[in-house]
Amino acid sequence: MNHVLLSIMRKEFRHIRRDPQTLAIILAWPVIMLFLFGYAITMEMRQIDTAIVDLDHSPQSRAFIERVTSTDFFNVTAVDIPYNEYEKVLMERKARCILVIPQDFARKLQKNPRTKIQLIIDASDPNAANYISKYFSQIAAQYNFAHNRIDFIPFTMESRLLFNPDLKSQYFFVPGLIAVILLLISALLTSIAIVREKELGTMEQILVSPVRHYQIIIGKAIPYTVIGFIDAIIILAVGHFWFKVPIEGGLLLLLGTMIIYIFTGLSFGLLVSTITTSQRVAMMAALVSTILPTIMLSGFIFPVDSMPVIFQYVSKIIPATHFLEIIRGIMLKGVGFGELKTQIGYLALIAFVLNAISIRKFKTNLEP
Amino acid sequence: MTENNYAVTAENLTRKFGSFTAVDKVSFAVKKGEVFGFLGANGAGKTTTIRMLCGLLQPTSGQATVAGYNVYTQYEQIKMNIGYMSQRFSLYEDLTVRENIEFYAGVYGLKRKQIKQKTEELLTYLKLWDQADMLTVSLPLGWKQRMALSTALLHDPDIIFLDEPTSGVDPDSRRNFWLLIYELADKGKTVFVTTHFMDEAEYCHRLSIMRDGKIVELDEPQRLKQKYHADTMQEVFLNVVNEGGSDK
Repeated sequence: MNHVLLSIMRKEFRHIRRDPQTLAIILAWPVIMLFLFGYAITMEMRQIDTAIVDLDHSPQSRAFIERVTSTDFFNVTAVDIPYNEYEKVLMERKARCILVIPQDFARKLQKNPRTKIQLIIDASDPNAANYISKYFSQIAAQYNFAHNRIDFIPFTMESRLLFNPDLKSQYFFVPGLIAVILLLISALLTSIAIVREKELGTMEQILVSPVRHYQIIIGKAIPYTVIGFIDAIIILAVGHFWFKVPIEGGLLLLLGTMIIYIFTGLSFGLLVSTITTSQRVAMMAALVSTILPTIMLSGFIFPVDSMPVIFQYVSKIIPATHFLEIIRGIMLKGVGFGELKTQIGYLALIAFVLNAISIRKFKTNLEP
Repeated sequence: MTENNYAVTAENLTRKFGSFTAVDKVSFAVKKGEVFGFLGANGAGKTTTIRMLCGLLQPTSGQATVAGYNVYTQYEQIKMNIGYMSQRFSLYEDLTVRENIEFYAGVYGLKRKQIKQKTEELLTYLKLWDQADMLTVSLPLGWKQRMALSTALLHDPDIIFLDEPTSGVDPDSRRNFWLLIYELADKGKTVFVTTHFMDEAEYCHRLSIMRDGKIVELDEPQRLKQKYHADTMQEVFLNVVNEGGSDK
């Protein structure tokens, strides 16, 4: 192989080894992040603060309330508050929703099959409001089913949940977090790699030698790919063994695509490094330009398909978008290489373009 | 061909940064085996000139050759034939002495066996065997400087560019460093050195004085002193600079 390239790589490894503190941070940080966010980010809602106003005080109304309070979803924080305090309760966040059972609930239930219960929801968080409304309608349906068997329902929908039957949001978020963390760490790793040598003046010394630009770029990318890959294995293990996220598909395919993904992240870091002039600027640029797009536009939380069309195009140039499809596909659905060809192709293309720009930009930006 | 007697030539070499002209139509020729000095205040254009000759910076206009190669088109060949050392010494302080040498040898494409041999030669020459596996950061500045020069010469170049190689080094180390430069010149190497120490200027075979991007004097130190009726280069330099002041 290329002697020059080997020399550069060996030197980079030596730098890494000489700085065990940084290495420890590089290896521990992703795990800490995964633990923190793996528990923090969840879409499931439990223990929703609820106020219940029972104006009827009948056996029927109590039976309904009994159903509400017996679940884990609701936490009753206020009971029978007067009408003029409804708003205050919501404003003060003492409750996120108020269930109001009307005075003639029991009587109407006997005579008229159509009677109404009021549910007032604080919709300043629309997502949560949606959940609350859904939970209540389920409870109402169960109640109706138990008490009005005569009522004929022409058909019911029975869902079968595939790939994540328990709807655990960790199944969704842990692979996503792995994608976000890997991109972040790999972009950070290399963002200072070239700029540091510019600051030290050693880059000048290398440039007066016959080294080719691609040798410098690739020689720096490869050692960090190794470090990034070790990180990947560690957090994948944590995700699988601690958070119990399954790996339905091929482990080798997953590891292989991880290498491509890490290389893409590193390439981005290198590009940042070639166009900035100080380590601090490089780090900030790498952080800001990876975190937000990766979290907001990649499908990590919000599905790409529901974004405005222009953002769907933008999401295509974000490496995490493609890797999310890959890692969720492999871990949860067990898909194989055939289904992931397009995504892998996109990742490779992004890495190639980033490296090409780095190598081109490299020379022009060294001149002051 | 007279061209072949020159290691470095420059003709109307110019470099502009925006509207600022850092180097303004500079012409000179450095003979093979010569110790050629570049004198001038900070910002006079010394470093910019050297960077153009080393292929680190493209000239805006004018012509220049190094070792007979054109700086615009043949910089790959130039790089094989020159050694370069700047005032920043360009060593990796978190690597050991031996690792630094190995790295720079590797960068010049030396094979594993050659690297080993070169490293040993150099450690013997620099008398750094005891420090070979120490981190470079712990070396005294004068040693770092000698080491930086030696690593810049691992590929045995014919022409050596030194950009203020002695700044920040104590007088004793500076003297030793100049002994090293003479040693190189004796071996037939061409040494192109910039400095702002006037006593060092005396050691050069010939020197040029730059002011505001232009070369204002170019001759042997002895003849410059005669011309300005001065005893030291210090006086010559002040004269030249003051002349510029009265011009304006």
